Amino acid sequence: MMNQYETVFITTPVLSEAQMKETVQKFIKILKNGGAEIVHEENWGLKKLAYPIQKKSTGFYYLIEFKAEGETIQKLETEYRRDERVIRFLTFKMDKYAIQYSEKKRSKKEQKSEE
Amino acid sequence: MAQNQSEIRYLTPPTVEIKKKKYCRFKKNKIKYIDYKDPEFLKKFVNEQGKILPRRITGTSLKYQRKVAKAIKRARHLALLPYVTDMLK
Repeated sequence: MMNQYETVFITTPVLSEAQMKETVQKFIKILKNGGAEIVHEENWGLKKLAYPIQKKSTGFYYLIEFKAEGETIQKLETEYRRDERVIRFLTFKMDKYAIQYSEKKRSKKEQKSEE
Repeated sequence: MAQNQSEIRYLTPPTVEIKKKKYCRFKKNKIKYIDYKDPEFLKKFVNEQGKILPRRITGTSLKYQRKVAKAIKRARHLALLPYVTDMLK
């Protein structure tokens, strides 16, 4: 049974652009090795945190939507914990309404960019 | 007796408040999913200190109040919303 998940992680602001890309690639690779299918990616860029985490007030946000087996999540999360560049993460199992919502949001965005 | 009662006069006319019926905005607008990635929207359900507002104030139905609470807690975890503050609004 493949479920659709959504994961957001925050990395330290000290990373350079290239390092950030490398980190993202690393996690995408982990997902793909686990047999996951990437549905959507979104880079939110550098954002201010609502409260300091590990004495940092900003962080890079990155969102990945993917379809995967449940066991893949465990692997992904242990990798998150091991990687010291990641300061916060959240993985969320999407129900059908969540999937509808994100698809709608995406199609709206596409329309805007086309205009 | 009945006549006497009707002749009661108030010095100041009694204010009869017309209660505005509260409604659940999710049911009304048919919103099925509450996004934790949208802090601006979630801010409608917290007070200045960042506390989640009770149902009796917002009028949200129980089903969606639970979802709102979950979404706010997820947003807090991702530092999109603060756990504690002052003057959020």
